[in-house]
Amino acid sequence: MPYTADKPKISFSTDELRAKIPGWGVDLDPRDRPSVPRERFEPTGAHWDFPERQEEKWPRERSVEHKFLTPVFGTACPPKGVSGAMRKYAYGYSEGRAAHWLILLAADRVDAVENHLRSFATLHPDNPITETGVLSELTRHGIRSRFGHNRADLKHMWLDPIIVAGPWVVAAGAACAAVKRVRKRRHD
Amino acid sequence: MLAMVYRGPYKVRAEEKYMPTIEHPNDAIVRVTLAAICGSDLHLYHGMMPDTRVGMTFGHEFIGVVDEVGSSVQNLKRGDRVMVPFNIYCGSCYFCARGLYSNCHNVNANATAVGGIYGYSHTCGGYDGGQAEYVRVPFADVGPSIIPDWMEDDDAVLCTDALATGYFGAQLGDIVEGDTVVVFGAGPVGLFAAKSAWLMGAGRVIVVDHLDYRLEKAHDFAHAQTYNFTEYDDIVVHLKRVTDYLGADVVIDAVGAEADGNFTQQVTAAKLKLQGGSPVALNWAIDSVRKGGTVSVVGAYGPIFSAVKFGDAMNKGLTLRMNQCPVKRQWPRLFEHIQNGYLKPSEVVTHRVPLEHIAEGYHMFSSKLDKCIKTLVVPSAE
Repeated sequence: MPYTADKPKISFSTDELRAKIPGWGVDLDPRDRPSVPRERFEPTGAHWDFPERQEEKWPRERSVEHKFLTPVFGTACPPKGVSGAMRKYAYGYSEGRAAHWLILLAADRVDAVENHLRSFATLHPDNPITETGVLSELTRHGIRSRFGHNRADLKHMWLDPIIVAGPWVVAAGAACAAVKRVRKRRHD
Repeated sequence: MLAMVYRGPYKVRAEEKYMPTIEHPNDAIVRVTLAAICGSDLHLYHGMMPDTRVGMTFGHEFIGVVDEVGSSVQNLKRGDRVMVPFNIYCGSCYFCARGLYSNCHNVNANATAVGGIYGYSHTCGGYDGGQAEYVRVPFADVGPSIIPDWMEDDDAVLCTDALATGYFGAQLGDIVEGDTVVVFGAGPVGLFAAKSAWLMGAGRVIVVDHLDYRLEKAHDFAHAQTYNFTEYDDIVVHLKRVTDYLGADVVIDAVGAEADGNFTQQVTAAKLKLQGGSPVALNWAIDSVRKGGTVSVVGAYGPIFSAVKFGDAMNKGLTLRMNQCPVKRQWPRLFEHIQNGYLKPSEVVTHRVPLEHIAEGYHMFSSKLDKCIKTLVVPSAE
Protein backbone atom coordinates (compact mmCIF):
# COMPACT_ATOMS: atom_id res chain seq x y z
CA MET A 1 0.00 0.00 0.00
CA PRO A 2 1.43 3.40 -0.90
CA TYR A 3 0.21 4.87 2.38
CA THR A 4 2.98 3.04 4.25
CA ALA A 5 6.64 2.47 3.42
CA ASP A 6 6.61 -1.22 2.49
CA LYS A 7 6.55 -2.43 -1.08
CA PRO A 8 3.53 -4.69 -1.73
CA LYS A 9 4.39 -8.37 -1.47
CA ILE A 10 4.30 -10.45 -4.64
CA SER A 11 2.55 -13.79 -4.79
CA PHE A 12 5.57 -15.95 -5.55
CA SER A 13 9.00 -16.21 -3.93
CA THR A 14 12.16 -15.96 -6.00
CA ASP A 15 12.60 -19.72 -5.86
CA GLU A 16 9.04 -20.30 -7.00
CA LEU A 17 9.47 -17.88 -9.90
CA ARG A 18 12.72 -19.54 -10.91
CA ALA A 19 11.01 -22.93 -10.92
CA LYS A 20 7.95 -21.69 -12.79
CA ILE A 21 9.48 -19.40 -15.43
CA PRO A 22 12.29 -20.74 -17.66
CA GLY A 23 15.17 -18.30 -17.45
CA TRP A 24 13.73 -16.19 -14.67
CA GLY A 25 16.31 -13.66 -13.52
CA VAL A 26 19.10 -14.57 -15.96
CA ASP A 27 19.32 -10.88 -16.90
CA LEU A 28 18.82 -9.63 -13.37
CA ASP A 29 22.27 -8.09 -13.38
CA PRO A 30 22.15 -4.97 -15.60
CA ARG A 31 25.63 -5.87 -16.86
CA ASP A 32 24.01 -8.80 -18.70
CA ARG A 33 21.61 -6.48 -20.52
CA PRO A 34 22.94 -5.54 -23.95
CA SER A 35 21.48 -2.03 -23.96
CA VAL A 36 22.88 -1.07 -20.56
CA PRO A 37 24.43 1.46 -20.52
CA ARG A 38 22.48 3.11 -23.30
CA GLU A 39 25.56 4.57 -24.98
CA ARG A 40 28.47 2.23 -25.46
CA PHE A 41 30.95 1.72 -28.29
CA GLU A 42 31.08 -1.71 -29.87
CA PRO A 43 32.87 -2.65 -33.11
CA THR A 44 30.33 -2.38 -35.92
CA GLY A 45 32.17 -3.72 -38.95
CA ALA A 46 32.54 -0.25 -40.45
CA HIS A 47 35.93 0.21 -42.12
CA TRP A 48 35.58 3.92 -42.83
CA ASP A 49 35.47 7.12 -40.79
CA PHE A 50 32.93 8.61 -43.16
CA PRO A 51 31.21 6.42 -45.74
CA GLU A 52 31.86 6.76 -49.43
CA ARG A 53 29.11 8.79 -51.09
CA GLN A 54 26.31 7.20 -53.09
CA GLU A 55 25.75 8.79 -56.50
CA GLU A 56 22.90 11.32 -56.52
CA LYS A 57 20.99 10.59 -59.73
CA TRP A 58 18.35 13.28 -59.25
CA PRO A 59 18.10 16.25 -56.88
CA ARG A 60 17.34 14.21 -53.78
CA GLU A 61 14.97 15.90 -51.34
CA ARG A 62 16.42 16.20 -47.85
CA SER A 63 15.66 17.63 -44.46
CA VAL A 64 16.89 21.19 -44.00
CA GLU A 65 18.15 20.03 -40.62
CA HIS A 66 20.88 18.06 -42.39
CA LYS A 67 24.09 19.89 -43.23
CA PHE A 68 24.34 18.00 -46.50
CA LEU A 69 22.83 15.03 -48.31
CA THR A 70 23.56 11.90 -46.33
CA PRO A 71 26.21 9.66 -47.92
CA VAL A 72 23.68 6.87 -48.38
CA PHE A 73 19.98 7.32 -49.07
CA GLY A 74 16.95 5.48 -50.36
CA THR A 75 16.04 5.67 -54.02
CA ALA A 76 12.50 4.31 -54.00
CA CYS A 77 9.73 6.33 -55.66
CA PRO A 78 11.32 9.64 -56.67
CA PRO A 79 8.87 12.55 -56.33
CA LYS A 80 6.77 13.27 -59.40
CA GLY A 81 3.55 14.98 -60.41
CA VAL A 82 1.60 17.32 -58.17
CA SER A 83 2.35 15.20 -55.11
CA GLY A 84 6.04 15.38 -55.93
CA ALA A 85 5.89 19.17 -56.11
CA MET A 86 4.10 19.28 -52.77
CA ARG A 87 6.71 17.01 -51.21
CA LYS A 88 9.60 19.12 -52.48
CA TYR A 89 7.85 22.18 -51.04
CA ALA A 90 7.33 20.43 -47.70
CA TYR A 91 11.05 19.74 -47.43
CA GLY A 92 11.58 23.51 -47.32
CA TYR A 93 10.23 23.41 -43.76
CA SER A 94 12.13 21.89 -40.86
CA GLU A 95 10.94 18.75 -39.09
CA GLY A 96 9.97 20.95 -36.17
CA ARG A 97 7.27 22.69 -38.18
CA ALA A 98 3.77 21.23 -38.45
CA ALA A 99 3.64 22.50 -42.03
CA HIS A 100 6.34 20.03 -43.02
CA TRP A 101 4.38 17.00 -41.88
CA LEU A 102 0.91 18.20 -42.79
CA ILE A 103 1.94 19.03 -46.37
CA LEU A 104 3.58 15.60 -46.64
CA LEU A 105 0.38 13.94 -45.41
CA ALA A 106 -1.66 15.94 -47.93
CA ALA A 107 0.80 14.96 -50.66
CA ASP A 108 0.29 11.31 -49.74
CA ARG A 109 -3.44 11.63 -50.42
CA VAL A 110 -2.79 13.43 -53.72
CA ASP A 111 -0.23 10.76 -54.64
CA ALA A 112 -2.84 8.04 -54.13
CA VAL A 113 -5.33 9.80 -56.40
CA GLU A 114 -2.68 10.48 -59.07
CA ASN A 115 -1.59 6.87 -59.09
CA HIS A 116 -5.09 5.46 -59.13
CA LEU A 117 -5.95 7.59 -62.15
CA ARG A 118 -2.65 6.73 -63.81
CA SER A 119 -3.29 3.01 -63.28
CA PHE A 120 -6.43 3.20 -65.43
CA ALA A 121 -4.19 3.96 -68.39
CA THR A 122 -2.21 0.75 -67.84
CA LEU A 123 -2.85 -2.97 -68.27
CA HIS A 124 -2.85 -3.30 -64.48
CA PRO A 125 -5.50 -0.89 -63.16
CA ASP A 126 -6.15 -0.63 -59.45
CA ASN A 127 -8.67 -3.17 -58.24
CA PRO A 128 -10.17 -2.28 -54.85
CA ILE A 129 -11.41 -5.84 -54.29
CA THR A 130 -8.07 -7.57 -54.66
CA GLU A 131 -5.92 -4.74 -53.29
CA THR A 132 -7.84 -4.33 -50.04
CA GLY A 133 -7.68 -8.09 -49.49
CA VAL A 134 -11.31 -7.92 -48.47
CA LEU A 135 -11.99 -11.41 -49.82
CA SER A 136 -10.06 -12.78 -46.86
CA GLU A 137 -13.18 -11.89 -44.86
CA LEU A 138 -14.66 -15.05 -46.40
CA THR A 139 -11.67 -17.33 -45.92
CA ARG A 140 -10.41 -16.03 -42.57
CA HIS A 141 -13.66 -16.03 -40.57
CA GLY A 142 -14.43 -12.34 -40.85
CA ILE A 143 -17.70 -12.51 -38.93
CA ARG A 144 -16.67 -15.09 -36.34
CA SER A 145 -13.42 -13.20 -35.64
CA ARG A 146 -15.21 -9.93 -35.00
CA PHE A 147 -18.43 -10.56 -33.19
CA GLY A 148 -19.01 -11.99 -29.73
CA HIS A 149 -15.57 -11.06 -28.45
CA ASN A 150 -16.16 -7.55 -27.12
CA ARG A 151 -13.48 -6.13 -29.43
CA ALA A 152 -12.82 -2.41 -28.88
CA ASP A 153 -12.05 -1.79 -32.55
CA LEU A 154 -15.59 -2.66 -33.65
CA LYS A 155 -16.61 0.82 -32.56
CA HIS A 156 -14.68 2.45 -35.39
CA MET A 157 -14.15 -0.35 -37.92
CA TRP A 158 -17.26 0.74 -39.83
CA LEU A 159 -15.33 3.86 -40.84
CA ASP A 160 -12.76 1.87 -42.83
CA PRO A 161 -14.92 1.21 -45.93
CA ILE A 162 -15.92 4.87 -45.93
CA ILE A 163 -12.28 5.94 -45.85
CA VAL A 164 -11.38 3.55 -48.66
CA ALA A 165 -14.41 3.91 -50.92
CA GLY A 166 -15.79 7.30 -49.88
CA PRO A 167 -13.56 9.49 -52.06
CA TRP A 168 -14.29 7.28 -55.08
CA VAL A 169 -18.04 7.40 -54.52
CA VAL A 170 -17.88 11.20 -54.21
CA ALA A 171 -15.71 11.44 -57.34
CA ALA A 172 -18.03 9.16 -59.30
CA GLY A 173 -21.04 11.21 -58.18
CA ALA A 174 -19.33 14.42 -59.25
CA ALA A 175 -18.43 12.90 -62.62
CA CYS A 176 -22.04 11.77 -63.18
CA ALA A 177 -23.33 15.21 -62.25
CA ALA A 178 -20.87 16.83 -64.67
CA VAL A 179 -21.89 14.52 -67.52
CA LYS A 180 -25.57 15.19 -66.84
CA ARG A 181 -24.97 18.93 -66.86
CA VAL A 182 -23.08 18.76 -70.20
CA ARG A 183 -25.83 16.63 -71.74
CA LYS A 184 -28.50 19.00 -70.50
CA ARG A 185 -26.67 22.00 -71.98
CA ARG A 186 -26.37 20.26 -75.35
CA HIS A 187 -30.02 19.29 -75.21
CA ASP A 188 -31.05 22.84 -74.47
CA MET B 1 10.95 -9.54 -59.47
CA LEU B 2 7.75 -9.83 -57.48
CA ALA B 3 7.28 -7.33 -54.69
CA MET B 4 4.61 -6.03 -52.35
CA VAL B 5 3.63 -2.54 -53.49
CA TYR B 6 1.63 0.10 -51.60
CA ARG B 7 -1.25 1.54 -53.63
CA GLY B 8 -2.74 3.98 -51.10
CA PRO B 9 -4.39 3.63 -47.68
CA TYR B 10 -5.69 0.08 -47.08
CA LYS B 11 -4.52 -1.08 -50.51
CA VAL B 12 -1.49 -3.16 -51.43
CA ARG B 13 -0.72 -5.66 -54.16
CA ALA B 14 2.04 -7.93 -55.39
CA GLU B 15 3.42 -6.78 -58.71
CA GLU B 16 6.45 -7.10 -60.93
CA LYS B 17 9.00 -4.45 -60.05
CA TYR B 18 12.53 -3.57 -61.15
CA MET B 19 15.33 -5.58 -59.55
CA PRO B 20 17.27 -3.64 -56.92
CA THR B 21 20.84 -2.80 -57.89
CA ILE B 22 24.09 -2.04 -56.11
CA GLU B 23 24.00 1.73 -55.56
CA HIS B 24 26.90 2.06 -53.14
CA PRO B 25 30.12 0.02 -52.83
CA ASN B 26 29.03 -1.38 -49.47
CA ASP B 27 25.59 -2.49 -50.65
CA ALA B 28 24.47 -6.09 -50.95
CA ILE B 29 21.49 -7.50 -52.79
CA VAL B 30 19.73 -10.13 -50.72
CA ARG B 31 17.31 -12.72 -52.09
CA VAL B 32 14.58 -12.76 -49.47
CA THR B 33 13.64 -16.20 -48.20
CA LEU B 34 11.25 -15.14 -45.44
CA ALA B 35 9.71 -11.85 -44.37
CA ALA B 36 7.10 -10.75 -41.87
CA ILE B 37 4.37 -8.16 -41.53
CA CYS B 38 4.97 -6.03 -38.45
CA GLY B 39 2.31 -4.23 -36.44
CA SER B 40 4.04 -0.98 -37.32
CA ASP B 41 3.60 -1.79 -41.04
CA LEU B 42 -0.08 -1.22 -40.36
CA HIS B 43 0.59 2.46 -39.64
CA LEU B 44 1.92 2.73 -43.20
CA TYR B 45 -0.88 0.57 -44.58
CA HIS B 46 -3.45 2.87 -42.99
CA GLY B 47 -1.75 5.97 -44.41
CA MET B 48 -0.67 7.40 -41.05
CA MET B 49 3.04 7.90 -41.66
CA PRO B 50 3.84 11.09 -43.61
CA ASP B 51 5.62 10.64 -46.95
CA THR B 52 4.53 7.07 -47.59
CA ARG B 53 4.62 6.95 -51.37
CA VAL B 54 2.52 4.86 -53.71
CA GLY B 55 4.80 2.26 -55.28
CA MET B 56 6.88 1.68 -52.15
CA THR B 57 7.63 -1.85 -50.95
CA PHE B 58 7.20 -2.33 -47.20
CA GLY B 59 8.91 -4.87 -44.99
CA HIS B 60 11.56 -4.35 -42.34
CA GLU B 61 11.59 -7.90 -40.96
CA PHE B 62 13.30 -10.29 -43.35
CA ILE B 63 16.04 -12.85 -43.82
CA GLY B 64 17.57 -14.17 -47.01
CA VAL B 65 20.57 -15.24 -48.99
CA VAL B 66 23.21 -12.84 -50.30
CA ASP B 67 22.87 -12.63 -54.07
CA GLU B 68 25.39 -9.92 -54.90
CA VAL B 69 27.83 -7.69 -53.00
CA GLY B 70 29.34 -4.30 -53.74
CA SER B 71 33.05 -3.74 -54.31
CA SER B 72 33.90 -2.73 -50.72
CA VAL B 73 32.00 -5.49 -48.90
CA GLN B 74 34.40 -7.60 -46.80
CA ASN B 75 32.24 -9.53 -44.34
CA LEU B 76 29.67 -11.19 -46.62
CA LYS B 77 29.79 -13.19 -49.82
CA ARG B 78 27.29 -14.51 -52.31
CA GLY B 79 25.39 -17.48 -50.86
CA ASP B 80 25.59 -16.43 -47.19
CA ARG B 81 22.35 -16.98 -45.25
CA VAL B 82 21.76 -13.68 -43.47
CA MET B 83 19.41 -11.98 -41.06
CA VAL B 84 19.04 -8.23 -41.50
CA PRO B 85 18.14 -5.90 -38.62
CA PHE B 86 15.37 -3.45 -39.41
CA ASN B 87 17.77 -0.56 -38.79
CA ILE B 88 19.83 0.71 -41.69
CA TYR B 89 22.98 2.21 -40.19
CA CYS B 90 26.49 3.21 -41.18
CA GLY B 91 28.39 2.00 -38.11
CA SER B 92 30.60 5.09 -37.98
CA CYS B 93 28.60 8.27 -37.25
CA TYR B 94 28.38 9.98 -33.85
CA PHE B 95 25.37 7.87 -32.89
CA CYS B 96 26.52 4.51 -34.24
CA ALA B 97 29.84 5.00 -32.41
CA ARG B 98 27.79 5.07 -29.20
CA GLY B 99 25.67 2.04 -30.00
CA LEU B 100 22.60 4.04 -31.02
CA TYR B 101 22.23 2.23 -34.34
CA SER B 102 18.59 3.13 -34.70
CA ASN B 103 19.54 6.80 -34.63
CA CYS B 104 22.17 6.70 -37.39
CA HIS B 105 22.77 10.11 -38.99
CA ASN B 106 24.21 8.97 -42.30
CA VAL B 107 21.35 7.01 -43.86
CA ASN B 108 18.19 9.10 -43.71
CA ALA B 109 18.29 12.17 -45.92
CA ASN B 110 14.63 12.91 -45.28
CA ALA B 111 14.70 13.35 -41.52
CA THR B 112 17.12 13.82 -38.67
CA ALA B 113 14.65 12.71 -36.00
CA VAL B 114 14.72 9.07 -37.04
CA GLY B 115 17.31 6.75 -38.53
CA GLY B 116 16.91 4.54 -41.59
CA ILE B 117 14.39 1.70 -41.71
CA TYR B 118 13.72 -0.70 -44.57
CA GLY B 119 10.39 -0.14 -46.29
CA TYR B 120 9.14 2.38 -43.81
CA SER B 121 8.25 5.51 -45.81
CA HIS B 122 10.53 8.32 -46.93
CA THR B 123 10.34 9.74 -43.43
CA CYS B 124 12.58 6.78 -42.56
CA GLY B 125 14.85 7.19 -45.55
CA GLY B 126 12.96 6.06 -48.65
CA TYR B 127 14.36 2.53 -48.85
CA ASP B 128 12.33 -0.29 -50.33
CA GLY B 129 11.72 -3.13 -47.91
CA GLY B 130 11.93 -6.88 -47.77
CA GLN B 131 8.40 -8.01 -48.62
CA ALA B 132 9.81 -8.79 -52.04
CA GLU B 133 11.92 -11.37 -53.77
CA TYR B 134 15.04 -9.19 -53.59
CA VAL B 135 16.08 -6.18 -51.54
CA ARG B 136 18.95 -3.73 -51.47
CA VAL B 137 20.82 -3.90 -48.15
CA PRO B 138 23.02 -0.83 -47.53
CA PHE B 139 26.13 -1.13 -45.33
CA ALA B 140 26.34 -4.87 -45.76
CA ASP B 141 29.45 -5.02 -43.57
CA VAL B 142 27.57 -3.43 -40.67
CA GLY B 143 23.92 -4.51 -40.45
CA PRO B 144 23.41 -8.10 -41.60
CA SER B 145 24.74 -11.14 -39.75
CA ILE B 146 25.16 -14.70 -40.91
CA ILE B 147 22.41 -16.80 -39.35
CA PRO B 148 23.87 -19.41 -36.99
CA ASP B 149 23.48 -22.94 -38.38
CA TRP B 150 21.39 -24.04 -35.41
CA MET B 151 18.83 -21.27 -35.83
CA GLU B 152 15.57 -21.89 -37.68
CA ASP B 153 14.31 -19.40 -40.24
CA ASP B 154 11.14 -18.55 -38.31
CA ASP B 155 13.19 -17.70 -35.21
CA ALA B 156 15.73 -15.72 -37.23
CA VAL B 157 13.15 -13.50 -38.95
CA LEU B 158 11.62 -12.63 -35.58
CA CYS B 159 15.03 -11.59 -34.28
CA THR B 160 15.18 -8.83 -36.92
CA ASP B 161 12.62 -6.73 -35.05
CA ALA B 162 9.81 -8.09 -32.89
CA LEU B 163 11.86 -10.16 -30.43
CA ALA B 164 14.69 -7.65 -30.23
CA THR B 165 12.25 -4.77 -29.73
CA GLY B 166 10.32 -6.54 -26.99
CA TYR B 167 13.56 -7.46 -25.19
CA PHE B 168 14.80 -3.89 -25.60
CA GLY B 169 11.53 -2.54 -24.22
CA ALA B 170 11.97 -4.56 -21.05
CA GLN B 171 15.51 -3.24 -20.69
CA LEU B 172 14.29 0.34 -21.01
CA GLY B 173 12.14 -0.34 -17.96
CA ASP B 174 15.23 -0.77 -15.78
CA ILE B 175 13.46 -3.65 -14.04
CA VAL B 176 14.78 -4.69 -10.64
CA GLU B 177 14.02 -7.90 -8.77
CA GLY B 178 10.41 -8.19 -7.70
CA ASP B 179 9.08 -5.32 -9.83
CA THR B 180 5.51 -5.32 -11.04
CA VAL B 181 5.58 -4.81 -14.82
CA VAL B 182 2.53 -3.96 -16.89
CA VAL B 183 2.69 -4.40 -20.67
CA PHE B 184 0.08 -2.68 -22.82
CA GLY B 185 -0.42 -4.66 -26.03
CA ALA B 186 -0.37 -8.43 -26.53
CA GLY B 187 0.96 -8.36 -30.07
CA PRO B 188 4.33 -9.98 -30.81
CA VAL B 189 6.37 -7.12 -29.30
CA GLY B 190 4.23 -7.03 -26.17
CA LEU B 191 4.44 -10.80 -25.77
CA PHE B 192 8.22 -10.70 -26.07
CA ALA B 193 8.45 -7.72 -23.69
CA ALA B 194 6.40 -9.63 -21.11
CA LYS B 195 8.53 -12.71 -21.49
CA SER B 196 11.72 -10.63 -21.26
CA ALA B 197 10.53 -8.90 -18.09
CA TRP B 198 10.75 -12.25 -16.29
CA LEU B 199 14.33 -12.73 -17.51
CA MET B 200 15.16 -9.41 -15.85
CA GLY B 201 13.70 -10.51 -12.55
CA ALA B 202 10.17 -9.14 -12.54
CA GLY B 203 8.04 -10.42 -9.68
CA ARG B 204 4.76 -9.95 -11.48
CA VAL B 205 3.91 -9.39 -15.16
CA ILE B 206 0.53 -8.12 -16.30
CA VAL B 207 -0.54 -7.81 -19.95
CA VAL B 208 -3.47 -5.63 -21.08
CA ASP B 209 -5.21 -5.82 -24.46
CA HIS B 210 -8.74 -6.03 -25.87
CA LEU B 211 -8.34 -9.22 -27.89
CA ASP B 212 -9.06 -12.31 -25.82
CA TYR B 213 -7.14 -14.68 -28.07
CA ARG B 214 -4.00 -12.57 -27.69
CA LEU B 215 -4.45 -12.40 -23.93
CA GLU B 216 -4.71 -16.19 -23.87
CA LYS B 217 -1.38 -16.26 -25.69
CA ALA B 218 0.09 -13.83 -23.16
CA HIS B 219 -1.01 -16.13 -20.37
CA ASP B 220 0.28 -19.33 -21.97
CA PHE B 221 3.41 -18.02 -23.71
CA ALA B 222 4.51 -15.28 -21.32
CA HIS B 223 3.11 -16.58 -18.02
CA ALA B 224 1.37 -13.24 -17.55
CA GLN B 225 -1.70 -12.16 -15.65
CA THR B 226 -4.03 -10.69 -18.24
CA TYR B 227 -6.79 -8.11 -18.32
CA ASN B 228 -9.11 -7.22 -21.19
CA PHE B 229 -9.60 -3.47 -20.84
CA THR B 230 -13.07 -3.63 -22.40
CA GLU B 231 -14.26 -5.50 -19.32
CA TYR B 232 -13.45 -2.63 -16.98
CA ASP B 233 -15.00 0.76 -16.68
CA ASP B 234 -11.53 2.26 -16.18
CA ILE B 235 -8.48 0.07 -16.71
CA VAL B 236 -6.22 2.53 -14.88
CA VAL B 237 -8.30 2.27 -11.70
CA HIS B 238 -8.34 -1.50 -12.08
CA LEU B 239 -4.55 -1.63 -12.36
CA LYS B 240 -4.28 0.56 -9.28
CA ARG B 241 -6.62 -1.79 -7.45
CA VAL B 242 -4.64 -4.92 -8.33
CA THR B 243 -1.38 -3.27 -7.31
CA ASP B 244 -2.76 -2.29 -3.91
CA TYR B 245 -3.24 1.28 -5.16
CA LEU B 246 0.51 1.82 -5.65
CA GLY B 247 0.63 1.41 -9.44
CA ALA B 248 3.09 -0.66 -11.42
CA ASP B 249 6.82 -0.10 -11.06
CA VAL B 250 7.32 -0.31 -14.81
CA VAL B 251 4.86 0.04 -17.67
CA ILE B 252 5.74 -0.84 -21.25
CA ASP B 253 3.78 0.65 -24.16
CA ALA B 254 3.93 -2.01 -26.88
CA VAL B 255 0.93 -0.65 -28.76
CA GLY B 256 1.85 2.63 -30.41
CA ALA B 257 -0.02 4.77 -32.87
CA GLU B 258 -3.27 2.88 -33.34
CA ALA B 259 -4.21 2.23 -29.74
CA ASP B 260 -7.85 1.49 -29.06
CA GLY B 261 -9.81 2.32 -25.96
CA ASN B 262 -10.86 5.87 -26.71
CA PHE B 263 -13.02 6.52 -29.78
CA THR B 264 -12.02 10.17 -30.19
CA GLN B 265 -8.31 9.48 -29.92
CA GLN B 266 -8.51 6.53 -32.30
CA VAL B 267 -10.52 8.35 -34.95
CA THR B 268 -8.55 11.59 -34.83
CA ALA B 269 -5.27 9.68 -35.10
CA ALA B 270 -5.77 6.52 -37.14
CA LYS B 271 -8.67 7.61 -39.32
CA LEU B 272 -8.35 11.37 -39.74
CA LYS B 273 -4.52 11.50 -39.30
CA LEU B 274 -4.79 14.63 -37.14
CA GLN B 275 -2.39 13.20 -34.56
CA GLY B 276 0.90 11.35 -34.87
CA GLY B 277 -0.77 8.49 -33.09
CA SER B 278 -3.55 7.60 -30.72
CA PRO B 279 -1.85 7.97 -27.32
CA VAL B 280 -4.42 5.93 -25.39
CA ALA B 281 -1.99 3.22 -24.30
CA LEU B 282 0.71 5.79 -23.55
CA ASN B 283 -1.66 7.84 -21.40
CA TRP B 284 -2.82 4.71 -19.60
CA ALA B 285 0.85 3.85 -19.03
CA ILE B 286 1.53 7.28 -17.54
CA ASP B 287 -1.51 7.03 -15.30
CA SER B 288 -1.08 3.43 -14.16
CA VAL B 289 2.63 3.47 -13.33
CA ARG B 290 3.52 4.42 -9.78
CA LYS B 291 4.99 7.79 -8.91
CA GLY B 292 8.71 7.69 -9.62
CA GLY B 293 8.19 4.69 -11.90
CA THR B 294 9.38 4.10 -15.43
CA VAL B 295 7.42 4.11 -18.67
CA SER B 296 9.11 2.35 -21.57
CA VAL B 297 7.80 3.13 -25.04
CA VAL B 298 8.55 0.78 -27.93
CA GLY B 299 5.24 1.21 -29.74
CA ALA B 300 5.75 3.31 -32.87
CA TYR B 301 4.27 6.78 -33.25
CA GLY B 302 4.27 9.19 -36.17
CA PRO B 303 6.25 12.42 -36.14
CA ILE B 304 3.41 14.90 -35.67
CA PHE B 305 1.97 15.89 -32.31
CA SER B 306 -0.12 13.58 -30.15
CA ALA B 307 -2.31 14.44 -27.15
CA VAL B 308 -0.06 12.97 -24.49
CA LYS B 309 -0.75 13.66 -20.80
CA PHE B 310 2.62 15.13 -20.15
CA GLY B 311 1.60 16.99 -17.01
CA ASP B 312 0.84 13.73 -15.21
CA ALA B 313 4.23 12.38 -16.24
CA MET B 314 5.95 15.45 -14.84
CA ASN B 315 3.97 15.61 -11.62
CA LYS B 316 4.52 11.92 -10.93
CA GLY B 317 8.26 12.22 -11.46
CA LEU B 318 8.28 9.53 -14.08
CA THR B 319 11.21 8.32 -16.11
CA LEU B 320 10.13 8.07 -19.74
CA ARG B 321 12.44 5.91 -21.84
CA MET B 322 12.01 5.10 -25.49
CA ASN B 323 13.73 4.51 -28.79
CA GLN B 324 13.62 2.37 -31.87
CA CYS B 325 15.53 -0.75 -30.93
CA PRO B 326 19.20 -0.98 -31.92
CA VAL B 327 18.62 -4.55 -33.02
CA LYS B 328 22.08 -5.94 -33.56
CA ARG B 329 23.18 -5.00 -30.03
CA GLN B 330 20.58 -7.42 -28.71
CA TRP B 331 21.52 -10.40 -30.84
CA PRO B 332 24.41 -12.07 -28.96
CA ARG B 333 22.45 -12.22 -25.71
CA LEU B 334 19.18 -13.15 -27.46
CA PHE B 335 20.95 -15.98 -29.28
CA GLU B 336 22.06 -17.33 -25.88
CA HIS B 337 18.50 -17.15 -24.58
CA ILE B 338 17.14 -18.96 -27.64
CA GLN B 339 19.81 -21.66 -27.40
CA ASN B 340 19.10 -22.11 -23.70
CA GLY B 341 15.41 -22.50 -24.42
CA TYR B 342 14.35 -19.38 -22.50
CA LEU B 343 12.89 -17.80 -25.63
CA LYS B 344 11.28 -19.47 -28.63
CA PRO B 345 10.27 -16.58 -30.90
CA SER B 346 8.51 -18.66 -33.55
CA GLU B 347 5.82 -19.60 -31.02
CA VAL B 348 4.02 -16.34 -31.83
CA VAL B 349 3.74 -17.13 -35.56
CA THR B 350 0.15 -17.88 -36.48
CA HIS B 351 0.00 -17.48 -40.26
CA ARG B 352 2.17 -17.54 -43.35
CA VAL B 353 1.06 -16.17 -46.71
CA PRO B 354 2.72 -16.35 -50.11
CA LEU B 355 3.90 -12.98 -51.40
CA GLU B 356 1.31 -13.25 -54.20
CA HIS B 357 -1.42 -13.04 -51.55
CA ILE B 358 0.05 -10.10 -49.67
CA ALA B 359 -3.20 -8.09 -49.76
CA GLU B 360 -5.06 -10.83 -47.89
CA GLY B 361 -2.20 -11.01 -45.40
CA TYR B 362 -2.43 -7.30 -44.63
CA HIS B 363 -6.21 -7.31 -44.36
CA MET B 364 -6.22 -10.32 -42.06
CA PHE B 365 -3.54 -8.83 -39.81
CA SER B 366 -5.05 -5.36 -39.81
CA SER B 367 -8.55 -6.63 -39.03
CA LYS B 368 -7.29 -9.23 -36.53
CA LEU B 369 -9.07 -12.07 -38.32
CA ASP B 370 -8.54 -15.76 -37.69
CA LYS B 371 -6.77 -15.17 -34.34
CA CYS B 372 -3.86 -13.62 -36.19
CA ILE B 373 -0.83 -12.64 -34.11
CA LYS B 374 2.13 -12.82 -36.48
CA THR B 375 2.07 -13.30 -40.23
CA LEU B 376 5.10 -14.43 -42.19
CA VAL B 377 5.43 -13.69 -45.91
CA VAL B 378 6.99 -16.29 -48.16
CA PRO B 379 8.50 -15.10 -51.45
CA SER B 380 9.00 -17.68 -54.15
CA ALA B 381 12.22 -16.64 -55.95
CA GLU B 382 14.88 -19.35 -56.21
